[in-house]
Amino acid sequence: MGLPAAKQSMTEDRLNVLSIPMGGAWSDEARQSAKARVEAMGLPHRRDEYWKFTDPVRFVTPDPTPAKVFGAEEVPLFAENDTYRVVFVDGIFDAEKSDSSVLEHVEIERLSECMKADIHWVRDFYGVLETDGQSPVERPLAALNTAYATDGICIRVTGKAPKPISVEYLHENESSDAILHHVIRLEEGAELTVLESGPAAARFNKCMEVDVADGAAFHHVRAQGRDHERQTATHIFARLGKESVFKSFTMTMNGVLTRNEVVISFTGDDAVAHVAGACMGDGDFHHDDTVFVTHDALRCESRQVFKKVLRNGAKGVFQGKILVKKDAQKTDGYQISQSLLLDDDSQFLAKPELEIYADDVVCSHGSTSGAIDETGLFYLRSRGIPEGPATDLMVIAFLAEAIDEIADPDLAEEVSERLQAWLSRRRNG
Amino acid sequence: MTALDTDIREGVDRETVETVQAMGGKYKYGWETEIEMDYAPKGVNRDIVRLISKKNDEPEWMTEWRLAAFDRWEQMEEPDWAMVDYPSIDYQDQYYYASPKSMAEKPKSLDDVDPKLLETYNKLGIPLKEQMLLAGVEGAETYDPNKRKVAVDAVFDSVSVGTTFQDELKKAGVIFCSISEAVKEHPELVKKYLGSVVPQSDNYFATLNSAVFSDGSFVYVPPGVRCPMELSTYFRINAENTGQFERTLIIADKGSYVSYLEGCTAPMRDTHQLHAAVVELVLLDDAEIKYSTVQNWYPGDEDGNGGIYNFVTKRADCRGDRSKVMWTQVETGSAITWKYPSCILRGDDSQGEFYSIAIANNMQQADTGTKMVHLGKNTKSRIVSKGISAGRAQNTYRGLVSMHPKAKNSRNYTQCDSLLIGGDCGAHTVPYIEVKNNSSRVEHEATTSKVDDDQLFYCRSRGMDEEEAVALVVNGFCKEVLQALPMEFAMEAQQLVAISLEGSVG
Repeated sequence: MGLPAAKQSMTEDRLNVLSIPMGGAWSDEARQSAKARVEAMGLPHRRDEYWKFTDPVRFVTPDPTPAKVFGAEEVPLFAENDTYRVVFVDGIFDAEKSDSSVLEHVEIERLSECMKADIHWVRDFYGVLETDGQSPVERPLAALNTAYATDGICIRVTGKAPKPISVEYLHENESSDAILHHVIRLEEGAELTVLESGPAAARFNKCMEVDVADGAAFHHVRAQGRDHERQTATHIFARLGKESVFKSFTMTMNGVLTRNEVVISFTGDDAVAHVAGACMGDGDFHHDDTVFVTHDALRCESRQVFKKVLRNGAKGVFQGKILVKKDAQKTDGYQISQSLLLDDDSQFLAKPELEIYADDVVCSHGSTSGAIDETGLFYLRSRGIPEGPATDLMVIAFLAEAIDEIADPDLAEEVSERLQAWLSRRRNG
Repeated sequence: MTALDTDIREGVDRETVETVQAMGGKYKYGWETEIEMDYAPKGVNRDIVRLISKKNDEPEWMTEWRLAAFDRWEQMEEPDWAMVDYPSIDYQDQYYYASPKSMAEKPKSLDDVDPKLLETYNKLGIPLKEQMLLAGVEGAETYDPNKRKVAVDAVFDSVSVGTTFQDELKKAGVIFCSISEAVKEHPELVKKYLGSVVPQSDNYFATLNSAVFSDGSFVYVPPGVRCPMELSTYFRINAENTGQFERTLIIADKGSYVSYLEGCTAPMRDTHQLHAAVVELVLLDDAEIKYSTVQNWYPGDEDGNGGIYNFVTKRADCRGDRSKVMWTQVETGSAITWKYPSCILRGDDSQGEFYSIAIANNMQQADTGTKMVHLGKNTKSRIVSKGISAGRAQNTYRGLVSMHPKAKNSRNYTQCDSLLIGGDCGAHTVPYIEVKNNSSRVEHEATTSKVDDDQLFYCRSRGMDEEEAVALVVNGFCKEVLQALPMEFAMEAQQLVAISLEGSVG
């Protein structure tokens, strides 16, 4: 069955301006097969059910919509933490700004380097988790990424990493169009924290494949940068082994178009996965969290916690799904999506789904939307707090459940401070 | 022809079997009436549409309306988004019109109706005579709930057999008749409202219905009138290879109130039969409609042979301010259920409620839910959905809550709970939530769990066998919805819950 003509030509137009980067034999094969996947699926369109609430047109045009570079005076998030830095500027690796020292238990390489090697551990993962994640829902932008990613980092961890790896994405060129693909493998019992920050490019397509082996723990905290006009589509594909832990938190402030997809697959028993997000949008802001969790093992726990604060016509989208396969007994699945609409023009669109084939499970989801609680506000004001700061307090309290998902208290504190700063800036114009 | 000869299976004690047999077997409405039928030729085309229109003796405008729908239907594609899986339907391999021969000339009163037909309804527990009666409840004869009356419109395959209490209703100004009669007697009302809630081109099945609907019920309650009795329609599919396409239109004028009950059954057959109905409710200022359904079409056997494919479009348009509609449904039958009774809350301060129990056992597949579209200010909606899956069944709740920008200060509360009995079934929840203003509050909660072991243990320690215990726990799980049903339906529904789950334990 062929694609509809419009979709076909849209897909061809996009692919025609891209070329598959040079690499070794295995990477060529992986990229060609990803390209074939994109051609078979076609790039997303607003009429696709999975893109019902978010118009993907800016992700699929041959050229990106330019985005102004945002000159922030503040210190970039995580810059003062003790981290191992990896820096990309408009999607191009910056060796000078990046660390090159040796990190115990950790191998870090650039994707473009890994691909030149005939035999490399990355080979077993590159595009593999992404391919698994294409069913039952197609994710053509991720396949496009696998086919055309220009670079990325590949991290293999064999023990407890001594410090977090911080990937910074700087944006300097107003019409940059970056495609990066990271591969992360945590061996049995390994531990790693990855931080990501920055806007990256005018248009950014990023894919991260994370394979967490038995007993390993992966923590991920990300801040998506304040450049308002950037357009970002990201995918995380995670495969979890026995008794492993996966925790990911994303903070988003500003951004005309953001789509963050997280695809988690439990393959070993007793694993835990938490995905959380806090976003604050003002005006021309569109933020989409799409999460798909597949339970295919015993006694696993998954949590999805997403909070959105929206105003001046900002739009928040949440599509979350828990799929519990037939033998995934004793699954504990939880999902909450909430929005706080600070004015009448903002919108919250949600589709929280459950699909359950095992009988001995506890799964629940909740979704709420509404204005700020007047009683709470009144209480604060009666204690002498002016309306503006009182509103901020209420907003931070609302976001707290999501921020609490960050395991490291210092990082949680830092994120919370950023959100407060953003709020007071908005309030003071 | 009856289903009374259930074998006593291992693990089920005699008492359970007796209880079940007392209630008439697993599917107690599975017999058929042997009656001479008048069929239209198989298949559907413009000529068949014209023929149905002619059979109903319809005016030209109605025929044109149907043809327009048919032309549209031919351009449409069958939807495939629901979580139901069935072999493709050959729309040309069934009859679109079947009427008992004795109905060729419409009987003038119930006394003239073929006794075989009357007997059919008697057997279903719906005696078509004007007496104090309760729709479909056993022991109705001995029960006297303040002498409640229920008027019945009985639809047999493609035609309405008769409508009771018409005269008494007429005195109150209420029009209750078959839709074919309404087209002739009250064309101005039908013209004004038919298709105004569910347009001809609404969806594949509704469009097909618009072209070939054969009969159904029509209700008009004039301003300020509280309908003096409950109205009810009983749909019976009898003929083989025949689709039933009924159309119901209820108009509640300003300040009026009506409670409407709908029941349906069909014989047990090993081929699938199609049922595609459309129900339109129109509510003007301050009007209230309570619409209750017990859907008990033949669900097919344990291996999924036979059963009704039930594709239904039901929608209420709360046009008037302060109007209120309440949908209550107990969905236990049908091989496939595809049904989303919806509320368009257009009038300010209007309210929509949806209470649903959907039980899928054996190979049944149900994809059902509701849409609450809030357009007016201060509108309220409430959704309580209980899905129960057993055997190898799949049960999906699919719903939409939409708060439009102008629907200031509106409220929605949604609760969807799913219960799984056994490890081969599935329970799914697919809600869509769209909030486009901030003064409205939307809350959605959903849970999925299995029958609580502690509760089961407690019941069993009190001497109940496992099936009884499950039925009791499930009835408790459904209580919120059962309470929303009119009393006579609630009793039937409780029994149905137990019956539908028969054989699901152990």
